[in-house]
Amino acid sequence: MNAYATDAHHDDDHHHGPPPGLMRWVTTTNHKDIGTLYLWFSLIMFFIGGVMALVIRTELFQPGLQVVDPHFFNQMTTLHALIMIFGVVMPAFVGLANWMLPMMVGAPDMALPRMNNWSFWILPFGFAMMLATLFMEGGGPAAGWTIYPPLSLQTGNALPYLIFSIHLLGVSSIMGAINIIATIMNLRAPGMTYMKMPLFVWTWFITAYLLIAVMPVLAGAVTMLLTDKFFGTSFFDAAGGGDPVMFQHIFWFFGHPEVYILILPSFGLVSEIIPTFSRKKLFGYNSMVYATASIALLSFIVWAHHMFTVGMPLAGEMFFMFTTMLIAVPTGVKVFNWVSTMWQGAMTFETPMLFALGFVIMFTIGGFSGLMLAMTPIDFQYHDTYFVVAHFHYVLVPGAIFGIIGGVYYWLPKWTGNMYDEKLGQAHFWLSTIFVNILFFPMHFVGLAGMPRRIPDYAVQFTDFNQVATIGAFGFGLSQILFLVLVIKCIRGGKKADDQVWEGAQGLEWTVSSPPPYHTFSPQPVIK
Amino acid sequence: MHTFHRIPGILPGAALWLFSHSSLADWELNLTEGVTEISREVYDMHMFVLWICVWIGVLVFGAMAISIVRHRKSRGAVPAGFHESTFAEVLWTVIPFAILITMAWPAAKTLIAMEDTSDADITLKVTGHQWKWEYEYLDSGVKFISSLHPESREAAALGSGIDPATVDNYLLEVDNPVVLPVGKKIRFLLTASDVIHAWWIPDFAIKKDAIPGFINEMWTNIEEEGIYRGQCAELCGRDHGFMPIVVHALSQEKYDEWVSAQLAAAEAVAASADREWAMDELMQRGEKVYGTYCVACHQANGEGIAGAFPSLKGTPMMLNDLEGHIDIVLNGKPGTAMQAFSTQLNDADLAAVITYERNAWGNDTGDVIQPATIKAARIQ
Ligand code: HEC
Ligand code: HEM
Ligand SMILES: [Cu+2]
Ligand SMILES: [Cu+2]
Repeated sequence: MNAYATDAHHDDDHHHGPPPGLMRWVTTTNHKDIGTLYLWFSLIMFFIGGVMALVIRTELFQPGLQVVDPHFFNQMTTLHALIMIFGVVMPAFVGLANWMLPMMVGAPDMALPRMNNWSFWILPFGFAMMLATLFMEGGGPAAGWTIYPPLSLQTGNALPYLIFSIHLLGVSSIMGAINIIATIMNLRAPGMTYMKMPLFVWTWFITAYLLIAVMPVLAGAVTMLLTDKFFGTSFFDAAGGGDPVMFQHIFWFFGHPEVYILILPSFGLVSEIIPTFSRKKLFGYNSMVYATASIALLSFIVWAHHMFTVGMPLAGEMFFMFTTMLIAVPTGVKVFNWVSTMWQGAMTFETPMLFALGFVIMFTIGGFSGLMLAMTPIDFQYHDTYFVVAHFHYVLVPGAIFGIIGGVYYWLPKWTGNMYDEKLGQAHFWLSTIFVNILFFPMHFVGLAGMPRRIPDYAVQFTDFNQVATIGAFGFGLSQILFLVLVIKCIRGGKKADDQVWEGAQGLEWTVSSPPPYHTFSPQPVIK
Repeated sequence: MHTFHRIPGILPGAALWLFSHSSLADWELNLTEGVTEISREVYDMHMFVLWICVWIGVLVFGAMAISIVRHRKSRGAVPAGFHESTFAEVLWTVIPFAILITMAWPAAKTLIAMEDTSDADITLKVTGHQWKWEYEYLDSGVKFISSLHPESREAAALGSGIDPATVDNYLLEVDNPVVLPVGKKIRFLLTASDVIHAWWIPDFAIKKDAIPGFINEMWTNIEEEGIYRGQCAELCGRDHGFMPIVVHALSQEKYDEWVSAQLAAAEAVAASADREWAMDELMQRGEKVYGTYCVACHQANGEGIAGAFPSLKGTPMMLNDLEGHIDIVLNGKPGTAMQAFSTQLNDADLAAVITYERNAWGNDTGDVIQPATIKAARIQ
């Protein structure tokens, strides 16, 4: 297999640099360029989705409606979620994978470079279409990112555009996943056995299989919505013999694995960062791999924990309660292993490490509320309240997103050849951490006190905590501007980074220069 | 009330900030214990799991804190060589598993009790509509619609200028509350006419989806008289945040009195439908009906919301098509937010609202629609 990779490269003009100008980015098949595109795209979408979140939080600053109509509010919550999930977290992971997977497994590039170009360039079109729905008659999609029928079938002209854009995003993700699997299976350097692969590679390997398994399921679900709306079918319409709850089953059969798609690569990222800055090997490498695999497998049999209130039979509720609780075991193993890696290490606290530590603590808090939600009788109280909103934001923001930001800080010197401004990085971490908690922690309280989610206005007893959350939201949002400034500064210059960058870092990516040559690893290194 | 020491602050920063806040006592921070046996079981289980999480958190974050303080390079720490331990790994697989079993056991027991809807004393059918609740007492035949209280609705309009704090139970008050007896097993049958809604009263710890075309069941047994409030808990469109639920729990005698009064009132309404109504009378009643049932979409000025809800002002149907008008109000238009009102409103209300629409906002057709006309249209 490896012979194929080196052979294929001989007639390539890999000693040349990239073509100059804009066309470099449009036509590129280079994994580093495509990684850069993905990461910038993700950052831009992060700010767009963030502005929508601020619209939501502004309206929720006080009871009463002050700034937006409820229908527009619902469009904001729907698009905010779709953008953050499909436009921020997933592209950021794919961007990191593009940049790092070939370097980490000792490959010259991704296995399918032309498809790689295409899977990125679909995204801007997909999201342009999704955002354009805001200006259509009837407004954008407003039924929540879960697009449950029959409500989603009341969407105006936006519906077919939304569905088509989801198809595009799905195609892009599947192509990205195929590419990652092909790269990992075929282009590993000689001697890089599966059980020697870095954890980021492993978690992405498993995530890629999840993507291939569930994105077609989502595509099927939204296509059925489309035919129900325009072609007279009744998949989800009881009057025609269908069942609206069937949509929810199909959606969450995609949706729960999807939430693991949104976190497993971040598990990988912190599993790279913590050993480096603890100067100690990752504790329990094998069990980390097995825990990731079991989480991924279990994620296929827990979906209906999002639907405890739809009126399932008792046996169904029990089954999904027990399997969901079971996921806590491998998740716990991961957390314990991270802590054991730090234990008796020699720790330093550069920005990537700070984000990784923040990840471990705050992801675990999100895991705790997840465990509480798994208990069906109490979930009846929590379900569709702000408690759920607090839960998934803890796992997604200081979870998935902190993992991504940590990863960016970790490899930024490698990518640019310059050290980032450490002071600014530390400020970014502390501001983000303080504000993210001011933003999301009070949501646990209002949720428990009875505030439903997805509402534009609320009873006056929820006012104080909502005001706190809104202040946190603006603080968090503004803090991210620091990150933008820092990244631009780092690209422009700064103290030169050496190849090793971090004293305790291990792995092939640290054996190449900073920044690495346009084409790395041909011929491939040999791992002993 | 739940005092603060019962809520373990996972985040010390938030806890400190809370302690320093003066009006702490008024703040609801935690799940309600509620007023049923089930709700108390649920509350206890919630606290039990919460404390387990807190203790695990103390252990895990404590170990991290020790590492961060003691095993830092700046203190001259030298990294240890270990990177696996089968014993530790087995231990922290088995112990969490055991903890989960202690949690799963009581959860399963409560869940079984919650799903047992047999032997109910009273059955209440709840139907969700965009955006109000319809209640039908299957034993006595009492039936009515419950929507957001007009005072709240007025204050909740975008830029109304009314301070919600001046409105009693802002967004948690309805025009017609549900009335239920205490000490009786009450079974709820839930369904919906348009999209999925969910009926939830935190004090009873019951929440279930109301799904069009399907019937869900749940039950409760309220122990204390009082007023209990909840909200729709499934996104159901524009006014999802504006369809509260209010239950007045009364003693059996007071409940029986209420039922008789309701039945008498319904009879009076039925009688009134058979007589001729005057224009003024219809207009007055029509305005009220419109303000409760139609205003959320078609707006007070009749102009609707462009792109979502059509205007009723000066349109061809209003001016020239009485038959079409009656038809769409009675039967709705499938696949749109315009629902069938024939089951929600009686003949007099329907006649009144249609008369109102044909004469308000400068429509001035002079048409007077009698309840008898509606009755005839229903039969067709
Ligand atoms: C949930 C929102 C909603 C409510 C509440 C509502 N409507 Fe409608 N109504 C609509 C929509 C949407 C249409 C357009 C249906 C279509 O696509 O033709 C409509 C259409 C109509 C039309 C036909 C207009 C035309 O020119 O074709 C009439 C008449 C009407 N509604 C009367 C009423 C009355 C009377 C009430 C109250 C008893 C009411 N509506 C309540 C959403 C609503
Ligand atoms: C410890 C592991 C976890 C458990 C036991 C768990 C459990 C749950 C449960 C039961 C719900 C449904 C709550 C309800 O609607 O009533 C839920 C919602 C959610 N979870 Fe988790 N979860 C875990 C981890 C994660 C992770 C890692 C992510 C993503 C990074 C995540 C993202 C979400 C999202 C997005 C929702 C909300 C979906 C929606 O209804 O819109 N969860 N979780
Ligand atoms: Cu899930
Ligand atoms: Cu609702």
